[in-house]
Amino acid sequence: MTDTARKTETPRHEAALLPPVDVFEDAAGITLYADLPGVPKDRLNLQVEADTLTIEGEVTLDMPEGMEASHAEISLPRYRRVFTLSKELDADKVAAEFAHGVLKLRIPKAEHAQPRRVEIKVL
Amino acid sequence: MIYRTPFPRDVFAELDRLQREMREAFDITPSIRGAARGGFPAMNVGGTPRSVEIYAFAPGVDPSAIEVQIEKGVLTIAGERKVEQPAQDAKAAVHIDERFAGRFRRVVTLPDDIDANAVEARYRDGVLHISIQRKQAAQPRRISIQ
Repeated sequence: MTDTARKTETPRHEAALLPPVDVFEDAAGITLYADLPGVPKDRLNLQVEADTLTIEGEVTLDMPEGMEASHAEISLPRYRRVFTLSKELDADKVAAEFAHGVLKLRIPKAEHAQPRRVEIKVL
Repeated sequence: MIYRTPFPRDVFAELDRLQREMREAFDITPSIRGAARGGFPAMNVGGTPRSVEIYAFAPGVDPSAIEVQIEKGVLTIAGERKVEQPAQDAKAAVHIDERFAGRFRRVVTLPDDIDANAVEARYRDGVLHISIQRKQAAQPRRISIQ
């Protein structure tokens, strides 16, 4: 993690769950899938800065008033995972899709990696 | 000969205490159906005086393919998750493979006072939320004093 990667909306020190991911590589680029159940589209935050990719999401559940949790496996309201991208990936052309709590990122291969905020396409 | 422990305090008693405190902190009550923690879908369970709320974290599952059943006070959530794989070519490689794929089934024992006919299930953002009403008679009632 570089210092530039720390300038995200959520402070780094907050505890977060590590979402499971699948990462595939083919000749043209890398495809990443991440499970982020309970995160609405507007609470998903993707960032590519220098060679660091940060995936963050806030869990939002409809809870009736006065609900008391008796068993919690998703015990934190936040997911976070950080990846280091290699130089040949083109961070400018990252494409993101997010549906039913699954994030799909496609990172094509290219020459340079520059800081950029990733737009989320709604399905 | 006087036996002297090499440790300043009884380490095993300390470990025991630590383990007990951890268990209490995380509220892990052993269930007869086993410690299902870590299964798919992950589940959160909560309750109000009027209802029991169950959240199953099942991202990327077709909601119509999830089977939710209540029988004899036991809730079963079953289905199958198909994980997409990109087209295979000669240079394809799998670097990380952590997401669950395949058939799943999870079972939750429900409290006695639930009304199995008043169940609502919704799927949103990859979370299946099942809300089960408690029976009217079981709900707390204020008794007026004459």
